Amino acid sequence: MGLMRRFSNIFKAKASKTLDKYEDPRETLDYSYERTLEMLQKMRRAVADVATSRKRIELQAQQLQRSAAKLEDQAKQAVSQNREDLAREALTRRQAIATQLTDLQAQHDQLKAEEARMVEGSQRLQAKVDAFRIRKETMKANYTAAEAQTRVNEAISGIGEEMGDVGLAMQRAEDKVAQMQARSGALDELMASGALDDASMSTDRLQAELDRGFAEPAVEAELARLRGELTGGSTTAKQLGAPAEDAAPASAPAEEERR
Amino acid sequence: MIVRISGEGQFDLPEDHVDELNRLDDDLTKAVDAGDEARFTTALEALLASVRTAGQELPADWIGPSDLVLPSPDATIHEVREVLGDEGLIPG
Repeated sequence: MGLMRRFSNIFKAKASKTLDKYEDPRETLDYSYERTLEMLQKMRRAVADVATSRKRIELQAQQLQRSAAKLEDQAKQAVSQNREDLAREALTRRQAIATQLTDLQAQHDQLKAEEARMVEGSQRLQAKVDAFRIRKETMKANYTAAEAQTRVNEAISGIGEEMGDVGLAMQRAEDKVAQMQARSGALDELMASGALDDASMSTDRLQAELDRGFAEPAVEAELARLRGELTGGSTTAKQLGAPAEDAAPASAPAEEERR
Repeated sequence: MIVRISGEGQFDLPEDHVDELNRLDDDLTKAVDAGDEARFTTALEALLASVRTAGQELPADWIGPSDLVLPSPDATIHEVREVLGDEGLIPG
């Protein structure tokens, strides 16, 4: 037997088992309806879970993008200071982040597709629940045992099949969410450990070296200005482009000289 | 003939389309038996495309059982095997 038929048979056998409860088809109709409502609730919770998971990935991606932008800036600063070693380090870290971002994007797309499918699924289920509610009341009102065998069974197995399908979709979504949560958790740990350079840690070594690279010429410039003032000559500090706000207190150049 | 695509909905197909489905199902079965994921995806896509093209999608509020239920478009061999469960791949 082909896969298609085997899959169909098992799927339908499993679906019908969930609703095979009562002797009286009218009771089964009510029971099926209750179960369908429960399923709809579960489905909505599952959609919310997927959305939460997706948002978490979006936040992580934003954080990584900030880190990447910061490293790009640092690489530029390093190049302007002729510190190729620092530039290389910044770009290497940025590369690692880019890889993580690509992974996250793929996960995000998957979750988004899953979410869209589940929203569609719950809309389909909602439409069926509404139709089923009306139909079961009509069937109960006009109930005859002979008719019940076919019409009621058809409605019940139809709704059972829908529930089986929705159940399968939810299980898939739950599995995916669980996988993503595990990966998100691992990524959070990686970021927290600094292995990926969390941009919020502004005191990292790379930045410290770059700051020193900028501070030293500024200090030299200040020194030159002070010397100029003392010897009564004209100041050349502005030509050296020293940023005024970084100017060290008067004792700093002296300290710098002692080193 | 009513065919359900898992996660997608139900389609009404002309009875004479079943030969075409059986032919496409052969490819799918071989792919699963071989455990060939790429071939499985291609075969499944072909089977589902054939259902969508030849069939008419039934409205969401239509209630009734299907003659055939097919896996969802992004199903993997692993997932299909899970549904098949104890039945295994080679029916005893």
